[in-house]
Amino acid sequence: MNMLIFLIPIALFLGGLGLFAFLWSLKSGQYEDLDGAAWRILEEDSRDRT
Amino acid sequence: MSCCAPGTEGSITGQLPSSEELALSSRIVGPGLRQTELSVPQVHCGTCITAIETSLKALPAVERARVNLSTKRVSIIWKEMVGNEPTDPSSLVKAIADATGYDTHLFSDGEDSGEALQRELIRAVALSGFAAANIMLLSVSVWSGADASTRDLFHWISAMIAAPALIYGGRFFYQSAWRALRRGRTNMDVPIALAITLSYAVSVWETIHHGQHAWFDATVSLLFFLLIGRTLDHIMRDRARSAISGLARLSPRGAMIIGKDGSREYRAVEDIAPGERVAIAMGERVPVDGVVESGASDMDVSIVNGESAPRAVRAGDALQAGMLSLTGSLVLVATASARQSFLSEIIALMEAAEGGRARYRRIADRAAQVYSPAVHLLALLAFLGWGFFGGDWKQAMLIAIAVLIITCPCALGLAVPVVQVVAAGRLFKNGIMVKDGSAMERLAEVDTVAFDKTGTLTLGKPKLVNLGSATAAHLAVAAGLAAHSRHPLSKALTGIASGPVPVFYDVVEIPGQGLEARSPQGLYRLGNRRFACGDSGVDTSAASSTLEVILSCDGKELARFLFEDELRPDSRAAIDELAAQGLSSGILSGDRQGSVSSLASRLGITRWAAELAPKAKAEFCVSLAEQGHKVLMVGDGINDAPALAAAHVSIAPATAADIGRQAADFVFMHESLEAVPLAIDVSRQAGRLIRQNFALAIGYNIIAVPIALAGYATPLIAAIAMSTSSIIVIANALRLNRTGHPNRHIATATGHDARQTGEARLA
Repeated sequence: MNMLIFLIPIALFLGGLGLFAFLWSLKSGQYEDLDGAAWRILEEDSRDRT
Repeated sequence: MSCCAPGTEGSITGQLPSSEELALSSRIVGPGLRQTELSVPQVHCGTCITAIETSLKALPAVERARVNLSTKRVSIIWKEMVGNEPTDPSSLVKAIADATGYDTHLFSDGEDSGEALQRELIRAVALSGFAAANIMLLSVSVWSGADASTRDLFHWISAMIAAPALIYGGRFFYQSAWRALRRGRTNMDVPIALAITLSYAVSVWETIHHGQHAWFDATVSLLFFLLIGRTLDHIMRDRARSAISGLARLSPRGAMIIGKDGSREYRAVEDIAPGERVAIAMGERVPVDGVVESGASDMDVSIVNGESAPRAVRAGDALQAGMLSLTGSLVLVATASARQSFLSEIIALMEAAEGGRARYRRIADRAAQVYSPAVHLLALLAFLGWGFFGGDWKQAMLIAIAVLIITCPCALGLAVPVVQVVAAGRLFKNGIMVKDGSAMERLAEVDTVAFDKTGTLTLGKPKLVNLGSATAAHLAVAAGLAAHSRHPLSKALTGIASGPVPVFYDVVEIPGQGLEARSPQGLYRLGNRRFACGDSGVDTSAASSTLEVILSCDGKELARFLFEDELRPDSRAAIDELAAQGLSSGILSGDRQGSVSSLASRLGITRWAAELAPKAKAEFCVSLAEQGHKVLMVGDGINDAPALAAAHVSIAPATAADIGRQAADFVFMHESLEAVPLAIDVSRQAGRLIRQNFALAIGYNIIAVPIALAGYATPLIAAIAMSTSSIIVIANALRLNRTGHPNRHIATATGHDARQTGEARLA
């Protein structure tokens, strides 16, 4: 019973972390262009332009 | 990887948006910065992305450019001024065209509301998924026998997790249920809203009284499953809509107005008043109804009234909005504003015609009409029965709520959307967009198919039919002349000539007549008989179905070219397949009798009607509906729009007029007409699977309801029963991806060919 006091908050916190990460990735537009991302990884980095 | 290299396209077919239109539609995003959204439907690989982005970023005016491959859009932020020079936005479009050869279209704004709702739904799914997973974990330990104090603690934690999920995720169902109830109707969302609310309330009550059974897990997982169904439904519609709105707009956004003092000004179409003079250049569409003041041209009227032959116009002739000037420039005096133009007449007809579709109620709603009163009655009977005969009213209420939870249409809520999403995905792969799920249900019921002629059964492109009769030398001369014109017959002539073509420098195009060139051999003329051979000839082309072009030298006929409208690939096969599926086909055309009858006999269609006005087409559909037929209308022109709206369900090709595309339920992107039988076939399969899913869900209820009525439904049983039924329904829906493969082999083989040509044209 005693360990539940910290185990349950930890479990909920980890779950919440996952939820937050998903909502953040949604908001930052990572699902906007799923097809494009697959191609962009093949591109060479343009150091001069970034 | 040369697919998107410049030059592979041949020539750019479409018209690029003008600088005025681009400036008109751009959005101010910062001081001196504007944003333009362009749709480039042919973007399809990584090289395209790099080519477009590098060419745009090389321009000094471009601040940021990004290609989105999923939506096939380019978003550009550009500076209004570079140094002291104002930027010409058409240089952006030109950069894309130069780098890839692709057509660009302006993307109309104001499509964001659907996207916002989709985000809300996905967030709700995420939140309820989080809640469902955590509560389920806590419930597992309760079921495996936690002692009383731990159980109470877990119940309290569950209650606290469930509450926000219920409010955040459940609001979609509450709002929809409330809207239905206020209009005195019920839909699937009424029992859903009732079940999740009651089960939550009774669980909290149980928790307060240290009860053994709490339903938080059932409540939230129910919500989770139903939200998935709702989100899928929405994504399907959104994807189709954004794909359709990315297509080229055929109606102009603005036009060049000539002021009284001769000044020129580019203005939005809505701001053109009657009496103003509008300049129409070669290759532009007429924005409003008007009368030609000066100039002459051949007009492409196919999209307005279905006539395949271009019409020659000169000063004094009336023009309707939507016609395309092919060979000359015109000055037009507007006779009506955009709001009173031909197009708005059509819109009024469409609103009047909207019949069967508005009355149609979706399968899920019809099921809910029977299902939800039955469920509520059953719960009430259980409550009264256990109350009177058992005497324990508290237990009676618990059993009644258990009945409500266990009968909650979890599987029913998924049964329809999952099947329709899978079916829409299959159609999407074949280049067919579905506007919404109800369209698929309606398409499955169809028994009669009505086709438009020009642009639907045919491509609206003329094809030379007597290739053998002219000598190669004459053909080469004709092609050399024709290269100077945009007239569709000229384009067809240039297209077929192979080998070296003589070059003419001094070519004059006489709108409505033909082409004329001086050469050492004499005066060549290419055009209609009266023009080419002097006044002696009789104009025969108006009466027959074929179009005639004469090549003459000094008034002496050298060669005669006959053209016919080119059939859409696989038309014949598609019509035969429809007949094999037990559907009768007919043609409703606005074109002349002769051309319609010859086309009908070529396709083996016995029922046809020609020279129909837009209103007559719609009335024809209505009269068929009154005889009890369910009509599918396939059409593309502005004149088809009322019929598309009046029919039970409608399909339009991607090349259709904007208004036709918006009125249609399905839009197909490839050239082949095979799309029509394929769409019907998939819709019928989807209909079968939906009925199976309903049968499965009802079968589940027949087993589960007696358990609930007997008072044995614990939260554990509810959780197992509901999840299993949902999974079975989803698994059944996924069968659609595999069913029908053997008997679709021929169709996909021919469809593949068509796709090849379609892509070859695009790539």
